[in-house]
Amino acid sequence: MTSRSSLFSIATLLIISSSLAGFATSNGAWLTNVPQRERERVNPYRDQPDAVAAGRRIYLDHCAHCHGNDADGTKKRPSLKSARVQQEATDGDLHWLLVNGNRGQGMPSWVKLGDPQIWQVICYVKSLH
Amino acid sequence: MDKERELELKLILGSNLRGWNISENFIAEKNLAGDPWEFGYAFGVSRPLQLAARAHECAFCPEKFQAGVEMYGGLGDTDGFGLHLTSQYLGPTVNWSAPHGMTVAFSPQFGLNGYSIPVLYRFSVSYEFEQFFSHFHRSGQ
Repeated sequence: MTSRSSLFSIATLLIISSSLAGFATSNGAWLTNVPQRERERVNPYRDQPDAVAAGRRIYLDHCAHCHGNDADGTKKRPSLKSARVQQEATDGDLHWLLVNGNRGQGMPSWVKLGDPQIWQVICYVKSLH
Repeated sequence: MDKERELELKLILGSNLRGWNISENFIAEKNLAGDPWEFGYAFGVSRPLQLAARAHECAFCPEKFQAGVEMYGGLGDTDGFGLHLTSQYLGPTVNWSAPHGMTVAFSPQFGLNGYSIPVLYRFSVSYEFEQFFSHFHRSGQ
């Protein structure tokens, strides 16, 4: 394997993986796709005092780039302080969205974070109401 | 000047299961000068040292480190598919998610047969562009 072909492969993979990431979901249609069982899931970190602070750290590392440092949204990305996120969506709904993503609307899957960190970031987002 | 041109195809599969990251790659490579297709694979599992994040900022928290094991090697070519006459390696991997999106990885790899180099040391520094294409995407409002 030559270094040139390796570089080409890496560049191709970078472009493909980047194109699968990114973007935001804001039309709310995804909520109708959440199975009832997922919707009713309980956040195991909900009552843990450190979960919001830990979730904020994760949020700043991975989410703030699109949704803004204070989750107010950006020109292209929705606010996470909206009624849809804060009142309409359950913790289970948001967990489902973070695991599965909604690539048609630009929201990538964050399954790589693992369940505990996903629940922690949901704790933070829900604390913003 | 001789030019060596190769076509390389990679099937990259990854999944996350109960905190474990599992990756399986299959590689097919062809020298366009006419040599047969050559095949290879890589398989790895890894897991963060801690799944939940800590409340305070820290560069060396357990959740910033991933440990695992990786195995890779050749699978022969179209004239002889299989492990015969191929090099095979197995070794532990350690990744550190450094601040600002950098990842530092180290892995000693041990040759498993006579066609392998006895020990390889792999060291890498990488940067992931998260949501790179989001800058060009329409608003979903």
